[in-house]
Amino acid sequence: MADPAVKAVNLRKNYGDFVAVDGIDFEIQRGECFGFLGPNGAGKTTTMRMIYRASPVGSGSLLILGHEAAQGHRDRAIKGRIGVVPQEDNLDTELTLRENLQVFARFYGLSKAQAATRTDELLEFVQLREKADAKAFQLSGGMKRRALIARGLLGDPELLVLDEPTTGLDPQARINLWERLRDLKRKQATLILTTHYMDEAEQLCDRLVIMDKGKIVAQGAPKALIREHVSSHVVEVAVSAQSGRLQSNGRVETPGVSSDGVVASVSELTSMAKRHEQHHDRLLLYVDNGEEVVTRAAQLLPDAETLLRRSTLEDVFLKITGRGLIE
Amino acid sequence: MNLPGDINLTTALSVWRRNKTEYSHSWMTNILPNFFDPVLYLLGMGLGLGMFVGRGVGGLTYIEYIAPGLMAASAMQGASFETTYNVFVKMNFARLYDAYLATPALIQDIAFGELLWAVTRGLIYGMAFMIVLGGFTLFGHRILISPFAVLLPVAMALTATMFALIGLTFTASIRNINYYGFYYTLWLTPLFLFSGIFFPLNDPKIAGGHGETIAWFTPLFHCVRLMRALAQGPLDWTHAASALIVLGVIAALFVIVPRRMRRRMVS
Repeated sequence: MADPAVKAVNLRKNYGDFVAVDGIDFEIQRGECFGFLGPNGAGKTTTMRMIYRASPVGSGSLLILGHEAAQGHRDRAIKGRIGVVPQEDNLDTELTLRENLQVFARFYGLSKAQAATRTDELLEFVQLREKADAKAFQLSGGMKRRALIARGLLGDPELLVLDEPTTGLDPQARINLWERLRDLKRKQATLILTTHYMDEAEQLCDRLVIMDKGKIVAQGAPKALIREHVSSHVVEVAVSAQSGRLQSNGRVETPGVSSDGVVASVSELTSMAKRHEQHHDRLLLYVDNGEEVVTRAAQLLPDAETLLRRSTLEDVFLKITGRGLIE
Repeated sequence: MNLPGDINLTTALSVWRRNKTEYSHSWMTNILPNFFDPVLYLLGMGLGLGMFVGRGVGGLTYIEYIAPGLMAASAMQGASFETTYNVFVKMNFARLYDAYLATPALIQDIAFGELLWAVTRGLIYGMAFMIVLGGFTLFGHRILISPFAVLLPVAMALTATMFALIGLTFTASIRNINYYGFYYTLWLTPLFLFSGIFFPLNDPKIAGGHGETIAWFTPLFHCVRLMRALAQGPLDWTHAASALIVLGVIAALFVIVPRRMRRRMVS
């Protein structure tokens, strides 16, 4: 196998007493889309900043495109081969979109003519040609993010790092952005992205790690992670909707319905599941025989809202940490 | 191409080019106020106040006396504005340096690019003002009368470089933009008033006759006496000493500024 694009061994980073990244190991192969999934504050951005050399390595080893980054003296060489799409919009608001790209192209050693050509190609790629002469502050959130992708691609990078590329975007803008990233995947680009959206990770990532509190708590391909940690389907029963409140002790208050009856129903349902969890008023039943359980749930609790769905990475995260990704 | 201090010229010039691009949009609102500043002092103080300063200074009329020093002040102000407010906004509000740092640029390239731009801007103002002074000279004022006046742009560049680096040092040390109030009011304004632009410091009435001795420890004074000597003469070895002092400050800050900015930016 070719040497990996990025390889981290016992990578750490502290800010004062706060441990942002707590000894993580991962290996990202060339040509894959690799995700870092986790809630805010999990250490994803700090890891990204160490990869794209905005932040010194705390301790441990971080091999990027064949260069050891821990010493710091290879930063210029590494940065020339990495593209960055940062979490916060830092387009140059004083310049037009075209000027933004042309100015930044020069940082990669392109001549004026090369910068102009590359700018036109990338504006085409991110579908912003007609906005070329707009000032950066006049662009919508989705356009800004696409412009940042174009800027990240100016140096024709071997590795593109995207830090929460779709956070704050409306659904349509997200889908458009995903399409651009799929285009890049088709071109065999190596992509690293962080996200706290599990659907995004499932849609785009070949492999991913799930981070929590500075540590990697799970890693693998999205489907394999789901298979490994949770059942194929989840039946959700929203007990509160009509049939009353499911109490934290498992008891249910339901006007007109004997709560003992509901409790009996709930315990029958949980006995059908491989595993179950209760979050607020919602009962999650992890099952492989989804149809059977959801039918039975509808019979037992006709007033409750029941839903059968595929398991997601959110369920994996929930199982591992006992918390949701987005709180 | 790499300069001493591991400064990459390609990325540094890219920083410079970005500023030039912005400037090309906004020069009307940017250049004019800065340019008028010394011209107004020249007219108000030189001509206006000069009418009441009958005997002039050292054989020159008052407007002739203050004109060279205002050139130094012009270069100082152009470079200072650039490396104070403008750099602070780019670094802290626009987060533009984070974007630069995501390219092959390193901190020292950014610092050097901003320095080059601040000097460019200081030179633009200084040269524009020098052209005005050339006009006054043509109309009989003894302002640009020494052949060494052709070296004035070099003195302007030195002035702009030193004050750009002083500004960058201050900018890399503060976290709140309001601190520039102190920088301008308690640093640049006193330098402007007490560096020998408007009155000679070697007069026995000033600081018990020690005015010039004290001024030797301040930066703008050396720039003013260089400008005056180049424009009107006479030049002597003390001016070489002034030039060396300015170069020494530049050399020291050239080392300090990237370190300070790195400490400020990289965590």
